Amino acid sequence: MARVLSAETLDAIAGARARYPSAQSALLPALHAAQAQAGYLPEPVLADVADALGVPVTEVAAVATFYSMFHTAPVGRHVVRVCTNLSCHLNGADGVMDRLCRQLGIRPGQTTPDGRVSLEVAECLAACEEAPVLLADADRVARVTPDAADELVRRLRADA
Amino acid sequence: MPTPERIVSKHLGPERAAIDAYLSTGGYRAAARALKELTPDQIIEMVEQAGLRGRGGAGFPTARKWKLTPKREGETRYLVVNADEGEPGTFKDRTLIEGDPHAILEGSLITAYTNGVHHAYIYLRGEFFLGYERLSRALAEAYARGYFGTNILGTGFDLELTIHRGAGAYICGEETALLESLEGRRAFPRAKPPYYPAVRGLYDRPTVLNNAETMAHIPYIVGMGPEAYKAAGPPILYSVSGHVVRPGVKELPIGTSLREIIYEHAGGLRPGRTLKAVYPGGSSSAILLPEHLDTPADFDSLAKIGTMLGSSAIIVMDDTTNIPAVIARAVDFYRDESCGKCTPCREGTVWLSQIFARILGGHGRMEDLDLLDGISRNMTGTCFCLLGESVPPSLRASLKYFRDEYVRLIEAGSRRAEAEPAARSAHGAGARS
Repeated sequence: MARVLSAETLDAIAGARARYPSAQSALLPALHAAQAQAGYLPEPVLADVADALGVPVTEVAAVATFYSMFHTAPVGRHVVRVCTNLSCHLNGADGVMDRLCRQLGIRPGQTTPDGRVSLEVAECLAACEEAPVLLADADRVARVTPDAADELVRRLRADA
Repeated sequence: MPTPERIVSKHLGPERAAIDAYLSTGGYRAAARALKELTPDQIIEMVEQAGLRGRGGAGFPTARKWKLTPKREGETRYLVVNADEGEPGTFKDRTLIEGDPHAILEGSLITAYTNGVHHAYIYLRGEFFLGYERLSRALAEAYARGYFGTNILGTGFDLELTIHRGAGAYICGEETALLESLEGRRAFPRAKPPYYPAVRGLYDRPTVLNNAETMAHIPYIVGMGPEAYKAAGPPILYSVSGHVVRPGVKELPIGTSLREIIYEHAGGLRPGRTLKAVYPGGSSSAILLPEHLDTPADFDSLAKIGTMLGSSAIIVMDDTTNIPAVIARAVDFYRDESCGKCTPCREGTVWLSQIFARILGGHGRMEDLDLLDGISRNMTGTCFCLLGESVPPSLRASLKYFRDEYVRLIEAGSRRAEAEPAARSAHGAGARS
Protein backbone atom coordinates (compact mmCIF):
# COMPACT_ATOMS: atom_id res chain seq x y z
CA MET A 1 0.00 0.00 0.00
CA ALA A 2 1.32 3.35 -0.96
CA ARG A 3 1.82 5.70 1.96
CA VAL A 4 1.82 9.04 0.19
CA LEU A 5 1.72 8.68 -3.57
CA SER A 6 -1.61 8.96 -5.34
CA ALA A 7 -3.01 6.44 -7.79
CA GLU A 8 -2.30 8.94 -10.56
CA THR A 9 1.38 9.22 -9.62
CA LEU A 10 1.68 5.45 -9.30
CA ASP A 11 0.17 5.14 -12.78
CA ALA A 12 2.75 7.56 -14.12
CA ILE A 13 5.50 5.51 -12.49
CA ALA A 14 4.09 2.30 -13.99
CA GLY A 15 3.99 4.01 -17.39
CA ALA A 16 7.64 5.01 -17.07
CA ARG A 17 8.55 1.50 -15.92
CA ALA A 18 7.19 0.06 -19.18
CA ARG A 19 9.65 2.12 -21.25
CA TYR A 20 12.76 0.36 -19.90
CA PRO A 21 14.00 -3.21 -19.77
CA SER A 22 15.07 -2.69 -16.15
CA ALA A 23 12.91 -1.35 -13.31
CA GLN A 24 15.69 0.73 -11.83
CA SER A 25 15.99 2.73 -15.07
CA ALA A 26 12.58 4.21 -14.27
CA LEU A 27 13.93 5.66 -11.02
CA LEU A 28 14.61 9.18 -12.30
CA PRO A 29 11.22 9.51 -14.02
CA ALA A 30 9.58 8.02 -10.92
CA LEU A 31 11.29 10.50 -8.61
CA HIS A 32 10.30 13.37 -10.91
CA ALA A 33 6.68 12.19 -10.77
CA ALA A 34 6.78 11.70 -7.00
CA GLN A 35 8.29 15.12 -6.40
CA ALA A 36 5.74 16.73 -8.71
CA GLN A 37 3.01 15.38 -6.45
CA ALA A 38 4.57 15.61 -3.00
CA GLY A 39 6.67 18.76 -3.44
CA TYR A 40 9.76 17.04 -2.10
CA LEU A 41 11.03 13.55 -1.37
CA PRO A 42 10.81 12.60 2.33
CA GLU A 43 11.35 9.00 3.43
CA PRO A 44 7.75 7.79 3.05
CA VAL A 45 7.77 9.00 -0.56
CA LEU A 46 11.09 7.28 -1.24
CA ALA A 47 9.61 4.11 0.26
CA ASP A 48 6.60 4.35 -2.06
CA VAL A 49 8.87 4.76 -5.07
CA ALA A 50 10.95 1.79 -3.91
CA ASP A 51 7.83 -0.35 -3.59
CA ALA A 52 6.44 0.76 -6.93
CA LEU A 53 9.61 -0.23 -8.76
CA GLY A 54 10.79 -3.11 -6.59
CA VAL A 55 14.10 -1.35 -5.98
CA PRO A 56 15.73 -1.23 -2.50
CA VAL A 57 14.87 1.99 -0.68
CA THR A 58 18.57 2.58 0.05
CA GLU A 59 19.16 2.67 -3.70
CA VAL A 60 16.27 5.09 -4.17
CA ALA A 61 17.67 7.35 -1.44
CA ALA A 62 21.18 7.15 -2.92
CA VAL A 63 19.87 8.38 -6.24
CA ALA A 64 17.53 11.00 -4.79
CA THR A 65 20.40 12.59 -2.86
CA PHE A 66 22.80 12.64 -5.84
CA TYR A 67 20.86 14.85 -8.23
CA SER A 68 20.46 18.54 -7.47
CA MET A 69 16.89 18.80 -8.78
CA PHE A 70 15.64 16.27 -6.25
CA HIS A 71 14.92 17.71 -2.82
CA THR A 72 14.84 15.48 0.24
CA ALA A 73 13.93 18.44 2.47
CA PRO A 74 10.99 20.79 1.96
CA VAL A 75 11.48 23.52 -0.63
CA GLY A 76 9.57 26.68 -1.35
CA ARG A 77 6.42 26.72 -3.43
CA HIS A 78 8.57 28.45 -6.06
CA VAL A 79 12.15 27.57 -6.88
CA VAL A 80 14.35 30.23 -8.45
CA ARG A 81 17.52 28.84 -10.01
CA VAL A 82 20.05 31.50 -10.96
CA CYS A 83 22.86 30.75 -13.37
CA THR A 84 26.07 32.41 -12.21
CA ASN A 85 28.33 30.51 -14.58
CA LEU A 86 30.82 32.05 -17.01
CA SER A 87 28.68 33.89 -19.57
CA CYS A 88 26.17 34.95 -16.93
CA HIS A 89 29.00 35.99 -14.59
CA LEU A 90 30.43 38.14 -17.40
CA ASN A 91 27.03 39.75 -17.90
CA GLY A 92 26.15 40.70 -14.35
CA ALA A 93 24.66 37.57 -12.73
CA ASP A 94 26.30 38.37 -9.41
CA GLY A 95 24.33 41.62 -9.18
CA VAL A 96 21.13 39.71 -9.88
CA MET A 97 21.91 37.10 -7.25
CA ASP A 98 22.80 39.78 -4.68
CA ARG A 99 19.52 41.55 -5.33
CA LEU A 100 17.51 38.33 -5.00
CA CYS A 101 19.25 37.49 -1.73
CA ARG A 102 18.55 40.95 -0.36
CA GLN A 103 14.92 41.00 -1.48
CA LEU A 104 14.19 37.51 -0.18
CA GLY A 105 16.35 37.81 2.92
CA ILE A 106 17.99 34.43 2.28
CA ARG A 107 21.20 32.98 0.86
CA PRO A 108 21.43 30.59 -2.10
CA GLY A 109 20.35 27.13 -0.92
CA GLN A 110 17.79 28.54 1.51
CA THR A 111 14.01 28.99 1.55
CA THR A 112 12.11 32.03 2.78
CA PRO A 113 10.62 31.47 6.27
CA ASP A 114 7.09 31.66 4.80
CA GLY A 115 7.95 28.70 2.59
CA ARG A 116 7.21 30.61 -0.55
CA VAL A 117 10.53 30.85 -2.44
CA SER A 118 13.70 28.76 -2.55
CA LEU A 119 16.81 30.26 -4.11
CA GLU A 120 19.43 28.08 -5.78
CA VAL A 121 22.56 28.49 -7.86
CA ALA A 122 21.99 26.68 -11.16
CA GLU A 123 24.67 25.07 -13.23
CA CYS A 124 25.00 26.62 -16.71
CA LEU A 125 21.45 26.66 -18.09
CA ALA A 126 22.67 26.45 -21.70
CA ALA A 127 21.07 29.77 -22.58
CA CYS A 128 24.23 31.89 -22.60
CA GLU A 129 22.96 34.04 -25.48
CA GLU A 130 20.37 35.37 -23.02
CA ALA A 131 22.82 35.92 -20.16
CA PRO A 132 22.24 36.48 -17.36
CA VAL A 133 19.45 33.92 -17.10
CA LEU A 134 17.46 32.29 -14.36
CA LEU A 135 14.74 29.71 -14.09
CA ALA A 136 11.67 30.75 -12.12
CA ASP A 137 10.16 27.30 -11.64
CA ALA A 138 9.91 26.04 -15.26
CA ASP A 139 10.12 29.47 -16.89
CA ARG A 140 13.42 30.76 -18.20
CA VAL A 141 13.88 34.50 -17.75
CA ALA A 142 16.32 36.08 -20.19
CA ARG A 143 18.69 39.02 -19.68
CA VAL A 144 17.73 39.51 -16.05
CA THR A 145 18.60 42.81 -14.44
CA PRO A 146 18.52 43.57 -10.71
CA ASP A 147 15.31 45.52 -11.34
CA ALA A 148 13.77 42.57 -13.13
CA ALA A 149 14.77 40.46 -10.12
CA ASP A 150 12.80 42.85 -7.89
CA GLU A 151 9.80 42.44 -10.15
CA LEU A 152 10.12 38.65 -10.09
CA VAL A 153 10.19 38.62 -6.29
CA ARG A 154 7.08 40.79 -6.19
CA ARG A 155 5.31 38.43 -8.58
CA LEU A 156 6.25 35.28 -6.66
CA ARG A 157 5.22 36.88 -3.36
CA ALA A 158 1.86 38.01 -4.76
CA ASP A 159 1.04 34.57 -6.13
CA ALA A 160 -1.36 32.96 -3.70
CA MET B 1 32.00 38.26 -45.96
CA PRO B 2 28.53 36.90 -46.80
CA THR B 3 26.99 34.53 -44.34
CA PRO B 4 26.67 31.11 -45.99
CA GLU B 5 23.23 29.61 -46.16
CA ARG B 6 22.29 27.87 -42.98
CA ILE B 7 21.25 24.26 -43.07
CA VAL B 8 20.96 22.75 -39.62
CA SER B 9 19.70 25.94 -37.98
CA LYS B 10 17.75 27.27 -40.96
CA HIS B 11 14.32 26.68 -39.47
CA LEU B 12 14.21 27.51 -35.80
CA GLY B 13 11.10 28.56 -33.96
CA PRO B 14 8.47 27.71 -31.39
CA GLU B 15 6.14 26.39 -34.13
CA ARG B 16 8.64 23.74 -35.24
CA ALA B 17 7.52 21.24 -32.61
CA ALA B 18 4.41 20.77 -34.75
CA ILE B 19 5.08 18.00 -37.23
CA ASP B 20 3.30 19.80 -40.05
CA ALA B 21 5.71 22.72 -39.77
CA TYR B 22 8.61 20.29 -40.03
CA LEU B 23 7.07 18.32 -42.91
CA SER B 24 6.40 21.53 -44.82
CA THR B 25 10.14 22.11 -45.17
CA GLY B 26 10.90 18.59 -46.33
CA GLY B 27 11.08 16.99 -42.89
CA TYR B 28 11.20 13.18 -42.58
CA ARG B 29 11.89 12.85 -46.32
CA ALA B 30 15.45 11.80 -45.62
CA ALA B 31 14.24 9.22 -43.10
CA ALA B 32 11.69 7.86 -45.57
CA ARG B 33 14.36 7.57 -48.24
CA ALA B 34 16.78 5.93 -45.79
CA LEU B 35 14.31 3.32 -44.58
CA LYS B 36 12.88 2.56 -48.02
CA GLU B 37 15.81 2.88 -50.39
CA LEU B 38 19.12 2.79 -48.55
CA THR B 39 20.96 0.01 -46.78
CA PRO B 40 22.64 0.70 -43.44
CA ASP B 41 26.02 0.36 -45.12
CA GLN B 42 25.10 2.98 -47.70
CA ILE B 43 24.10 5.41 -44.95
CA ILE B 44 27.31 4.80 -43.01
CA GLU B 45 29.19 5.48 -46.24
CA MET B 46 27.36 8.78 -46.72
CA VAL B 47 28.07 9.92 -43.16
CA GLU B 48 31.70 8.94 -43.58
CA GLN B 49 32.00 10.86 -46.85
CA ALA B 50 30.39 13.87 -45.22
CA GLY B 51 33.18 13.81 -42.65
CA LEU B 52 30.78 14.28 -39.75
CA ARG B 53 32.54 14.35 -36.38
CA GLY B 54 30.60 14.05 -33.14
CA ARG B 55 29.39 17.38 -31.80
CA GLY B 56 29.50 16.45 -28.12
CA GLY B 57 33.03 17.70 -27.61
CA ALA B 58 35.43 14.91 -28.46
CA GLY B 59 34.88 15.14 -32.22
CA PHE B 60 35.01 11.39 -32.82
CA PRO B 61 34.07 10.53 -36.43
CA THR B 62 30.42 9.50 -36.34
CA ALA B 63 30.62 6.84 -39.06
CA ARG B 64 33.58 5.21 -37.34
CA LYS B 65 31.65 5.06 -34.08
CA TRP B 66 28.78 3.36 -35.87
CA LYS B 67 31.15 0.87 -37.51
CA LEU B 68 32.68 0.05 -34.13
CA THR B 69 29.29 -0.97 -32.80
CA PRO B 70 29.02 -4.74 -33.28
CA LYS B 71 26.00 -5.76 -35.34
CA ARG B 72 25.60 -9.37 -34.21
CA GLU B 73 22.36 -10.98 -35.31
CA GLY B 74 19.79 -11.30 -32.56
CA GLU B 75 21.66 -9.10 -30.09
CA THR B 76 19.91 -6.04 -28.66
CA ARG B 77 21.57 -2.72 -29.41
CA TYR B 78 20.63 0.73 -28.16
CA LEU B 79 20.89 4.28 -29.37
CA VAL B 80 21.37 6.91 -26.69
CA VAL B 81 21.26 10.56 -27.68
CA ASN B 82 23.11 12.87 -25.33
CA ALA B 83 20.95 15.97 -24.91
CA ASP B 84 22.36 16.71 -21.45
CA GLU B 85 23.99 19.91 -22.65
CA GLY B 86 25.71 21.67 -19.77
CA GLU B 87 29.25 22.63 -20.74
CA PRO B 88 29.36 26.29 -19.67
CA GLY B 89 29.01 28.49 -22.74
CA THR B 90 27.31 25.83 -24.86
CA PHE B 91 23.70 26.23 -25.97
CA LYS B 92 23.46 24.82 -29.50
CA ASP B 93 21.74 21.59 -28.45
CA ARG B 94 19.13 23.42 -26.39
CA THR B 95 18.54 25.75 -29.33
CA LEU B 96 17.81 22.76 -31.58
CA ILE B 97 15.74 20.92 -28.96
CA GLU B 98 13.52 23.97 -28.48
CA GLY B 99 13.68 25.29 -32.02
CA ASP B 100 13.67 22.24 -34.30
CA PRO B 101 13.08 19.11 -32.22
CA HIS B 102 11.97 16.94 -35.16
CA ALA B 103 15.43 17.27 -36.73
CA ILE B 104 16.88 15.47 -33.70
CA LEU B 105 14.10 12.86 -33.85
CA GLU B 106 14.54 12.27 -37.58
CA GLY B 107 18.31 11.95 -37.15
CA SER B 108 17.69 9.48 -34.34
CA LEU B 109 15.34 7.45 -36.54
CA ILE B 110 17.90 7.24 -39.36
CA THR B 111 20.69 6.40 -36.91
CA ALA B 112 18.61 3.68 -35.26
CA TYR B 113 17.77 2.14 -38.63
CA THR B 114 21.43 2.29 -39.68
CA ASN B 115 22.59 0.53 -36.53
CA GLY B 116 19.80 -2.01 -36.19
CA VAL B 117 18.46 -0.38 -33.03
CA HIS B 118 14.85 -0.82 -31.93
CA HIS B 119 14.88 1.24 -28.76
CA ALA B 120 16.44 4.68 -28.53
CA TYR B 121 16.68 7.01 -25.54
CA ILE B 122 17.19 10.74 -25.56
CA TYR B 123 18.83 11.77 -22.29
CA LEU B 124 17.52 15.30 -21.84
CA ARG B 125 18.79 17.75 -19.26
CA GLY B 126 16.39 18.02 -16.36
CA GLU B 127 16.47 21.82 -16.36
CA PHE B 128 15.25 21.94 -19.98
CA PHE B 129 11.59 22.39 -19.05
CA LEU B 130 10.68 24.13 -22.30
CA GLY B 131 12.79 21.70 -24.30
CA TYR B 132 11.01 18.76 -22.67
CA GLU B 133 7.63 20.23 -23.53
CA ARG B 134 8.57 20.82 -27.18
CA LEU B 135 10.45 17.55 -27.68
CA SER B 136 7.63 15.56 -26.04
CA ARG B 137 5.06 17.21 -28.25
CA ALA B 138 7.20 16.59 -31.35
CA LEU B 139 7.65 12.94 -30.41
CA ALA B 140 3.94 12.42 -29.74
CA GLU B 141 3.07 13.88 -33.15
CA ALA B 142 5.77 11.83 -34.88
CA TYR B 143 4.41 8.65 -33.26
CA ALA B 144 0.89 9.62 -34.36
CA ARG B 145 2.06 9.96 -37.98
CA GLY B 146 3.86 6.63 -37.94
CA TYR B 147 7.49 7.80 -37.81
CA PHE B 148 8.01 5.86 -34.58
CA GLY B 149 6.46 2.66 -33.28
CA THR B 150 5.97 -0.53 -35.25
CA ASN B 151 6.24 -1.04 -39.00
CA ILE B 152 7.43 2.51 -39.63
CA LEU B 153 6.22 3.84 -43.01
CA GLY B 154 5.27 0.31 -43.94
CA THR B 155 8.91 -0.79 -44.06
CA GLY B 156 8.70 -3.34 -41.26
CA PHE B 157 11.22 -1.39 -39.19
CA ASP B 158 10.26 -0.90 -35.52
CA LEU B 159 11.60 1.80 -33.22
CA GLU B 160 10.56 2.95 -29.79
CA LEU B 161 12.00 6.25 -28.59
CA THR B 162 11.91 7.37 -24.97
CA ILE B 163 12.82 10.78 -23.61
CA HIS B 164 14.65 10.34 -20.32
CA ARG B 165 14.85 13.47 -18.19
CA GLY B 166 17.97 14.05 -16.13
CA ALA B 167 17.74 15.65 -12.71
CA GLY B 168 20.59 18.11 -12.34
CA ALA B 169 24.10 16.68 -12.63
CA TYR B 170 26.66 18.05 -15.08
CA ILE B 171 28.60 14.78 -14.84
CA CYS B 172 25.82 13.10 -16.87
CA GLY B 173 27.22 14.77 -19.98
CA GLU B 174 30.10 12.29 -19.63
CA GLU B 175 28.85 9.38 -21.67
CA THR B 176 29.41 6.55 -19.21
CA ALA B 177 28.01 8.57 -16.30
CA LEU B 178 25.01 9.24 -18.51
CA LEU B 179 24.53 5.50 -18.98
CA GLU B 180 24.69 4.93 -15.22
CA SER B 181 22.07 7.63 -14.79
CA LEU B 182 19.90 6.08 -17.49
CA GLU B 183 20.13 2.80 -15.61
CA GLY B 184 18.79 4.58 -12.53
CA ARG B 185 21.93 4.97 -10.47
CA ARG B 186 24.15 7.74 -9.19
CA ALA B 187 26.01 9.15 -12.17
CA PHE B 188 29.50 7.84 -11.50
CA PRO B 189 31.53 7.40 -14.69
CA ARG B 190 32.53 3.88 -15.70
CA ALA B 191 36.06 2.76 -16.36
CA LYS B 192 37.09 2.90 -20.01
CA PRO B 193 39.03 1.30 -21.59
CA PRO B 194 38.65 -1.65 -21.96
CA TYR B 195 34.98 -1.34 -22.89
CA TYR B 196 33.56 1.67 -24.66
CA PRO B 197 29.80 2.19 -24.93
CA ALA B 198 29.92 1.06 -28.58
CA VAL B 199 30.80 -2.41 -27.32
CA ARG B 200 29.35 -2.41 -23.81
CA GLY B 201 27.03 0.45 -23.12
CA LEU B 202 23.49 0.59 -21.84
CA TYR B 203 22.70 -2.63 -19.92
CA ASP B 204 26.11 -3.84 -21.12
CA ARG B 205 24.80 -4.00 -24.68
CA PRO B 206 26.39 -2.39 -27.74
CA THR B 207 25.25 1.22 -27.68
CA VAL B 208 25.52 4.02 -30.19
CA LEU B 209 25.95 7.17 -28.13
CA ASN B 210 25.69 10.42 -30.10
CA ASN B 211 25.21 14.07 -29.28
CA ALA B 212 21.92 15.83 -30.06
CA GLU B 213 23.41 18.21 -32.63
CA THR B 214 25.11 15.26 -34.33
CA MET B 215 21.65 13.72 -34.78
CA ALA B 216 20.33 16.94 -36.35
CA HIS B 217 23.03 16.80 -39.05
CA ILE B 218 22.09 13.28 -40.22
CA PRO B 219 18.85 14.11 -42.10
CA TYR B 220 20.70 16.77 -44.10
CA ILE B 221 23.59 14.48 -44.98
CA VAL B 222 21.18 11.82 -46.20
CA GLY B 223 18.80 14.34 -47.78
CA MET B 224 21.33 16.53 -49.61
CA GLY B 225 23.94 13.89 -50.16
CA PRO B 226 27.39 14.10 -48.60
CA GLU B 227 28.92 16.19 -51.39
CA ALA B 228 26.38 19.00 -51.20
CA TYR B 229 26.54 18.86 -47.39
CA LYS B 230 30.31 19.20 -47.46
CA ALA B 231 30.16 21.96 -50.04
CA ALA B 232 27.90 23.87 -47.66
CA GLY B 233 30.60 24.02 -45.02
CA PRO B 234 30.48 21.43 -43.71
CA PRO B 235 28.41 23.34 -41.20
CA ILE B 236 28.69 23.33 -37.45
CA LEU B 237 26.96 25.32 -34.76
CA TYR B 238 29.12 27.69 -32.75
CA SER B 239 27.64 28.99 -29.49
CA VAL B 240 28.94 32.53 -29.07
CA SER B 241 28.41 34.39 -25.79
CA GLY B 242 30.03 36.68 -23.27
CA HIS B 243 30.97 40.25 -24.16
CA VAL B 244 29.69 40.37 -27.74
CA VAL B 245 26.98 42.53 -29.25
CA ARG B 246 25.04 39.69 -30.92
CA PRO B 247 25.47 36.48 -28.93
CA GLY B 248 23.78 33.38 -30.29
CA VAL B 249 24.15 30.15 -32.22
CA LYS B 250 26.12 30.80 -35.40
CA GLU B 251 25.99 28.13 -38.07
CA LEU B 252 29.16 28.46 -40.11
CA PRO B 253 31.57 26.31 -42.08
CA ILE B 254 33.81 24.46 -39.65
CA GLY B 255 37.17 26.19 -39.54
CA THR B 256 35.86 29.75 -39.73
CA SER B 257 38.39 31.93 -37.91
CA LEU B 258 37.67 33.06 -34.38
CA ARG B 259 38.07 36.65 -35.59
CA GLU B 260 35.36 36.28 -38.24
CA ILE B 261 33.02 34.50 -35.84
CA ILE B 262 33.39 37.11 -33.15
CA TYR B 263 33.60 40.30 -35.19
CA GLU B 264 31.43 39.54 -38.23
CA HIS B 265 28.86 37.07 -37.04
CA ALA B 266 28.53 37.99 -33.36
CA GLY B 267 28.70 41.75 -33.92
CA GLY B 268 32.07 42.26 -32.23
CA LEU B 269 32.58 43.81 -28.83
CA ARG B 270 30.59 46.54 -27.18
CA PRO B 271 31.62 50.07 -28.21
CA GLY B 272 34.95 51.19 -26.81
CA ARG B 273 35.97 47.77 -25.51
CA THR B 274 38.91 45.64 -26.55
CA LEU B 275 39.28 41.90 -26.49
CA LYS B 276 41.11 40.35 -23.57
CA ALA B 277 40.66 36.57 -23.85
CA VAL B 278 38.48 33.89 -25.42
CA TYR B 279 37.40 30.38 -24.52
CA PRO B 280 37.23 28.64 -27.94
CA GLY B 281 35.50 25.44 -26.84
CA GLY B 282 33.63 25.85 -23.59
CA SER B 283 34.97 26.18 -20.09
CA SER B 284 37.05 23.00 -20.49
CA SER B 285 39.21 24.57 -23.22
CA ALA B 286 42.34 26.61 -22.55
CA ILE B 287 41.70 30.33 -23.01
CA LEU B 288 43.30 32.19 -25.89
CA LEU B 289 44.54 35.73 -26.50
CA PRO B 290 43.77 38.30 -29.23
CA GLU B 291 46.91 37.15 -31.05
CA HIS B 292 45.24 33.75 -31.62
CA LEU B 293 42.13 35.14 -33.33
CA ASP B 294 43.13 34.16 -36.84
CA THR B 295 43.17 30.50 -35.89
CA PRO B 296 40.51 28.48 -37.73
CA ALA B 297 38.00 27.22 -35.19
CA ASP B 298 38.32 23.53 -36.05
CA PHE B 299 39.52 20.45 -34.22
CA ASP B 300 43.08 20.27 -35.53
CA SER B 301 43.98 23.98 -35.67
CA LEU B 302 42.90 24.61 -32.10
CA ALA B 303 44.60 21.44 -30.86
CA LYS B 304 47.81 22.66 -32.46
CA ILE B 305 47.84 25.79 -30.27
CA GLY B 306 47.19 23.82 -27.09
CA THR B 307 43.46 24.19 -26.75
CA MET B 308 40.42 22.54 -28.33
CA LEU B 309 37.23 23.02 -30.30
CA GLY B 310 35.33 20.93 -27.76
CA SER B 311 31.66 21.82 -27.91
CA SER B 312 32.50 24.90 -30.08
CA ALA B 313 31.34 27.29 -27.37
CA ILE B 314 33.12 30.61 -27.78
CA ILE B 315 33.04 32.77 -24.66
CA VAL B 316 34.36 36.26 -25.30
CA MET B 317 35.89 38.39 -22.55
CA ASP B 318 36.64 42.08 -22.99
CA ASP B 319 39.08 44.33 -21.14
CA THR B 320 36.69 44.81 -18.19
CA THR B 321 37.10 41.13 -17.25
CA ASN B 322 38.74 40.05 -14.00
CA ILE B 323 40.41 36.88 -15.27
CA PRO B 324 41.18 35.27 -11.88
CA ALA B 325 37.51 35.79 -10.91
CA VAL B 326 36.36 34.05 -14.10
CA ILE B 327 38.69 31.11 -13.59
CA ALA B 328 37.61 30.90 -9.95
CA ARG B 329 33.99 30.69 -11.10
CA ALA B 330 34.83 27.80 -13.41
CA VAL B 331 36.77 26.04 -10.64
CA ASP B 332 33.85 26.38 -8.22
CA PHE B 333 31.52 24.97 -10.87
CA TYR B 334 33.67 21.88 -11.36
CA ARG B 335 34.05 21.53 -7.57
CA ASP B 336 30.27 21.52 -7.17
CA GLU B 337 29.73 19.12 -10.07
CA SER B 338 32.53 16.68 -9.25
CA CYS B 339 30.88 13.33 -8.58
CA GLY B 340 33.49 12.58 -5.89
CA LYS B 341 34.51 9.22 -7.29
CA CYS B 342 38.21 9.99 -7.81
CA THR B 343 40.60 11.84 -5.54
CA PRO B 344 42.36 14.26 -7.92
CA CYS B 345 39.06 15.78 -9.02
CA ARG B 346 37.24 15.65 -5.69
CA GLU B 347 40.12 17.07 -3.61
CA GLY B 348 41.89 19.06 -6.32
CA THR B 349 38.89 21.20 -7.13
CA VAL B 350 38.31 21.92 -3.43
CA TRP B 351 41.92 22.94 -2.86
CA LEU B 352 41.95 25.14 -5.96
CA SER B 353 38.72 26.75 -4.89
CA GLN B 354 40.10 27.53 -1.42
CA ILE B 355 43.22 29.11 -2.91
CA PHE B 356 41.15 31.23 -5.29
CA ALA B 357 38.93 32.37 -2.42
CA ARG B 358 42.09 33.44 -0.57
CA ILE B 359 43.52 35.35 -3.53
CA LEU B 360 40.25 37.04 -4.47
CA GLY B 361 39.56 37.82 -0.81
CA GLY B 362 42.82 39.77 -0.52
CA HIS B 363 44.66 37.15 1.53
CA GLY B 364 46.67 35.50 -1.22
CA ARG B 365 50.36 34.67 -1.00
CA MET B 366 52.83 34.64 -3.88
CA GLU B 367 53.47 30.94 -3.34
CA ASP B 368 49.78 30.33 -4.07
CA LEU B 369 50.53 30.75 -7.77
CA ASP B 370 52.91 27.80 -7.74
CA LEU B 371 50.40 25.88 -5.67
CA LEU B 372 47.64 26.51 -8.24
CA ASP B 373 49.91 25.38 -11.03
CA GLY B 374 51.18 22.36 -9.10
CA ILE B 375 47.70 21.11 -8.20
CA SER B 376 46.60 21.62 -11.81
CA ARG B 377 49.55 19.63 -13.11
CA ASN B 378 48.82 16.85 -10.66
CA MET B 379 45.21 16.70 -11.82
CA THR B 380 46.21 16.47 -15.48
CA GLY B 381 45.98 12.90 -16.72
CA THR B 382 45.13 11.54 -13.28
CA CYS B 383 41.38 12.11 -13.08
CA PHE B 384 38.98 9.25 -13.68
CA CYS B 385 37.03 11.12 -16.35
CA LEU B 386 37.12 14.33 -18.34
CA LEU B 387 35.33 16.42 -15.71
CA GLY B 388 38.42 16.77 -13.58
CA GLU B 389 40.62 16.99 -16.65
CA SER B 390 38.59 20.03 -17.71
CA VAL B 391 39.86 22.18 -14.86
CA PRO B 392 43.60 22.61 -15.54
CA PRO B 393 43.68 23.87 -19.17
CA SER B 394 42.10 27.29 -18.67
CA LEU B 395 43.60 27.72 -15.21
CA ARG B 396 47.12 27.05 -16.43
CA ALA B 397 46.60 29.24 -19.51
CA SER B 398 45.43 32.07 -17.25
CA LEU B 399 48.57 31.73 -15.11
CA LYS B 400 50.66 31.86 -18.24
CA TYR B 401 48.93 34.80 -19.93
CA PHE B 402 47.59 36.80 -17.00
CA ARG B 403 50.04 36.14 -14.17
CA ASP B 404 50.33 39.88 -13.59
CA GLU B 405 46.63 40.05 -12.69
CA TYR B 406 47.06 37.40 -10.01
CA VAL B 407 50.19 39.16 -8.73
CA ARG B 408 48.36 42.50 -8.53
CA LEU B 409 45.53 40.92 -6.52
CA ILE B 410 47.99 39.32 -4.10
CA GLU B 411 50.05 42.52 -3.74
CA ALA B 412 46.97 44.63 -3.18
CA GLY B 413 45.89 42.21 -0.46
CA SER B 414 49.31 42.37 1.20
CA ARG B 415 49.30 46.16 1.19
CA ARG B 416 45.88 46.18 2.82
CA ALA B 417 47.03 43.68 5.39
CA GLU B 418 50.05 45.80 6.30
CA ALA B 419 47.71 48.70 6.91
CA GLU B 420 45.54 46.48 9.14
CA PRO B 421 47.77 43.75 10.62
CA ALA B 422 45.18 42.48 13.10
CA ALA B 423 42.67 41.70 10.39
CA ARG B 424 45.20 39.67 8.47
CA SER B 425 46.28 37.42 11.30
CA ALA B 426 42.68 36.77 12.29
CA HIS B 427 41.71 35.76 8.78
CA GLY B 428 44.97 33.99 7.99
CA ALA B 429 44.46 31.49 10.80
CA GLY B 430 41.02 30.56 9.49
CA ALA B 431 41.95 30.42 5.84
CA ARG B 432 44.78 27.98 6.41
CA SER B 433 42.99 25.53 8.63
